This record gives sequence, C-alpha cells and structure tokens, in this order.
Amino acid sequence: MTEFTKLTIAGARDAIAKGELTAAELTEAHIAAVEKVRPLNAFLVETPEKALKMARAADARRGTTDAGVLNGIPLAIKDLFCTRGVQTTAGSRILEGFTPTYEATVSANLWRAGAVMLGKANMDEFAMGSSNMTSAFGPVESPWRRPGDNRALVPGGSSGGSAAAVAARCALGATGTDTGGSIRQPAAFVGIVGFKPTYGRCSRWGLVAFASSLDQAGPMTRTVRDAAIMLRAMAGHDPKDSTSVDRPVPNYEAALTGDVRGLKVGIPKEYRMDGMPEEIETLWRRGIDWLKAAGAETVDISLPHTKYALPTYYIVAPAEASSNLARYDGVRYGLREPGESLDEMYEATRGAGFGAEVKRRVLIGTYVLSAGYYDAYYNKARRVRTLILNDFRQAYEKVDVILTPTAPSEAFAVGEKMDDPIAMYLNDVFTVPSSLAGLPAVSVPAGLGAEGLPLGLQLIGRAFDEETVLRVADVLEQAAGFDAEPAFLA
Amino acid sequence: MSVDRDTVAKIAKLARIRIEAEQMEPLAAELSNILGWIEQLNELDTEGVAPMTSVVEVEAPLRADEVTDGDRRDDVLANAPEAAEGFFLVPKVVE
Repeated sequence: MTEFTKLTIAGARDAIAKGELTAAELTEAHIAAVEKVRPLNAFLVETPEKALKMARAADARRGTTDAGVLNGIPLAIKDLFCTRGVQTTAGSRILEGFTPTYEATVSANLWRAGAVMLGKANMDEFAMGSSNMTSAFGPVESPWRRPGDNRALVPGGSSGGSAAAVAARCALGATGTDTGGSIRQPAAFVGIVGFKPTYGRCSRWGLVAFASSLDQAGPMTRTVRDAAIMLRAMAGHDPKDSTSVDRPVPNYEAALTGDVRGLKVGIPKEYRMDGMPEEIETLWRRGIDWLKAAGAETVDISLPHTKYALPTYYIVAPAEASSNLARYDGVRYGLREPGESLDEMYEATRGAGFGAEVKRRVLIGTYVLSAGYYDAYYNKARRVRTLILNDFRQAYEKVDVILTPTAPSEAFAVGEKMDDPIAMYLNDVFTVPSSLAGLPAVSVPAGLGAEGLPLGLQLIGRAFDEETVLRVADVLEQAAGFDAEPAFLA
Repeated sequence: MSVDRDTVAKIAKLARIRIEAEQMEPLAAELSNILGWIEQLNELDTEGVAPMTSVVEVEAPLRADEVTDGDRRDDVLANAPEAAEGFFLVPKVVE
C-alpha cells in the first residue's frame, strides 16, 4: 500500500475521480502510515475512525456535484486549529484535554472540500519555536538523518509535526500556521513545500491565537501544485474574522503555467548575511540561474531595514501573545491549579500550564506593553514595521517577486541551540520580514546542503498575488528537481 | 535595558504567572539579553513614521447589529474545569 502514500494530492485526486482508487483505500494506507511513523511523535491525536468515516462519505460523493476539490484526500491538521470533538492543545499543557465544541473556519473549509482528517499534528507550544522542542508533549523528530549519523534532527517549527508527517509520507498534505516562519522554515528543513498566504487570505477564526496581526494559515505539501490545490480550499472571506479579506479566491492551480518569461525577480542584497554557510549562498545563486534560464530577469534590490525585522518581531509578537494568552486563566477551559485566592489560582495555573519559552515571551510582551515602556518598545517596533513594509512596497515597483534562501542553515540536532534563545530566533531571519509585511511567501525544496539535508528557497510576492508566487515556485521546483527522500519513510 | 530580579517579579505579577524563586535570576539574565538585542532598533530614526495598525489596508467591516449566534450555554461550559447549574465555578472572591 506504500504506493498510495507516495501519491501527490493532484495524483490521488485524479485517481479517485476516475474511480481507479477509493478514498477508503487511500485513507487506510495513510492510517497505517501514521501508525508506522509514531516514533517521530508527529501526531498528538490520531483519528483513524473519523478518517475512515470521512473517506467512505467521500467515496459516496464521487462523481456527484458534492465532490469538492479535495474529495477523499487525507490530511494532518496542526494542533493550533480547533477541531470539533477532537482534542486541541496548541502543544500546551494548559489546554490538555480541551475539546472544542466548534470547528475552525479553515479546517471546516477543508472538510467541505471533501478532505479526510488523519489527526492533529504536534507543534511548538502556542507556535512559539523553530524546532518543535517547546511542545509540552515532547519534540517531533525529523524523518531525515545526516548520512552516517543517527542523531535525531529537528523538523523545524512551529509546524514541525505537520512537516514531519508530510515528509515521512504519512499524510498527503497538512495545515500549518505561520507567524514568523512557522510554515516555511520547517518545510525547508524536511524538503517539502510550505506556503504562507497573504495576511487576510485565510480566516483566523478557530485558530488558537499567538500574534493576531501576523498569524496566517497555509498548506504544507510535497509539490507546489498540491499547495495550490489545498490553498484554494482553505482560503476565503469569513465574516467571523474581520481581518479576513473579501476577495474572490482564484483557481490557484490554473496559475501554474510554467511561463515566467519577462518576469522580474528581485534579489535583495541584505539577505546575504555575514557568516552565512557557503552552501546557502551557492543554492541561492543556483536559484537565480534557474529562473534566468526560464526567461525571467533578475534585478538587484535593497530592503534596507531587513536587519531590524527580527528585533521588531520580538517586540510585536510577544506583545500580542501576552494579550492573547491572558485568556488562559483556569476558569473557562483548560488546566486549573488551586490557589488561596483568585489571583493565586491564576498564577498557579499559568505557572504550571505554560512552558519556559511561552513564559519568556509572555513576560517580554508584558514588559514592552507596560506603563513607561509602551512607547519606547511597542510603538517603536510598530514604526519600524511600517518602514519594513515600505521597503517591500518600493521593491515591488521594480520587481514582481523576490527570491531568497528560506533558512540560514540546514536542520540541527534535537537539543541543539536550546541554551540561547536569540540563536534559536535567528532561524527565522529570512522569513520574519515578509511576515511583518503580511506578504505571501513560499519555501520550495531546492537541494541538499553540505550535511546531506534539505535546503529551501523562498519566494515572496506582492500582497494577494499568490498566483505569481505559485507560478514562479512551480518553475523553481521543476528546475531544482528535488527528489531526495528522508531516511525514515512510512 | 537590564532587567533585575525585582523587575521580573513585577512583570510576572502583571502577567499572573508564578515564577519559582530559583528561576528569577536566570530569567532576569535571559530577558536582559533579549531586550539588549532588541534595543538595536534605537539606531533607527523613526520620527514622523506612523506606527503600523494593520498590515493590509482594509476598512473596518460593518454589519447589522443583530444576534446571529447564541443559546450555546452547554457548549460554552463543556470545557470548564468546574461548572455547576449552568455557571462557571471559581474560588470565593468576596468574603
């Protein structure tokens, strides 16, 4: 049955539509694959019975007008999405046992399109991390190993369980969420495609909130075409999220024309950083050559405030998190630790329920929002964020899309980079600027690094121009021809 | 900006997070380190730059002031650590 788990979403969709494969067969193969990859700890909850029921319903819909664009496609759902009747923890002890009585809009959109839920994917606690080491339920291991070295590697984060599941071939695709790189960095680390849409393209309703001005859901898949198919089902206006944008959702798959002739691709000089490994630089240059060979034109550009993006992010995101996470008080849901007074109950509950990184960020957020520091930190960061957005706006007067590396290194080993929070934060140096500017961006697997692990190239587009990003990503994917497989396959 | 133990205690109180005594010093060092790194933003002149309120320019949507949802008491209480008679239960707050 492994041949079923090696299909793409596009391939499985076509096979199901033609009646060559049933959704039930496809789902059974994936349920077995999910069991096989248990050593990776990629899933917090497996939902095999629900999956089979959904698959049978998909088979019953086949050939009718009710069959959506993902009819019968088995997916993993990041545990940040509230799923009705299925535990949703956001990787945190404080939400252990929380079983939503409602469904997130994005996952509801996927089920309406016919998709099948395999289970809930592990993640960094409240999406705060770049390694999946901060999950309260144990780290996720990447299915990759360095050749000749059996040490466990991180899958990146925060959507680490989603990334590992798709790379290990136990889900055809997965949902991720990206606040500063949480879809793109793990996608790069495990050699898959990770797409963060424009802020506002997908509803945030029913997502456990981290930083509301940045959080955005997106697809994680093995091909660009699959990302286009999945994004179409996920996206759309939602009256329940006032920041979701009321614009028609294009058929993104139709954007994959393979033609990038005459397109202007910006190469920002600020992304060439001191101490960047040679292999990243080499890969970037290769990406430039591939796009030129396909008829695109590259243009040197400058995004002068790039180096200030990370410190800006580490004010804005913790500030919003400290406010969003105030709701975990031990009263309405989740963990409650007893205390003599109401305040003591709050403090005991939050002290016991939050992990170290979450506490660190809530404390920083509280500090930068506190009286006397609000202007110096929070408002300062919001002003710099405007400058970062203006950098991109000016660049897009000259170019159509921007090409950069996704992450500054290959995947690291489980336990590495844990002593210095700032060293961990630097993982997101190339992904945070476009997050702050709300722009659509994708990571495409483009080659292997010096240690034999996947590297990704990132494309960043104009707001709501997902189609150009996907079109160029498709061309990049074809040119790169990335076909390396991880050591551990379902 | 260097954060000391007392400042950590003060922020922790504001954030309603219990921090064990032995964690205070290490946290003070970590937070000082992060805030010191963040302060590179002071190199930038942001005089006259508007603080960003929304990354996507959209007008705040208006809707009719009508009840579209509700009557879900049991759903709302379903995940409560303690509930009774249709209410959340909390420790006594008034003597």
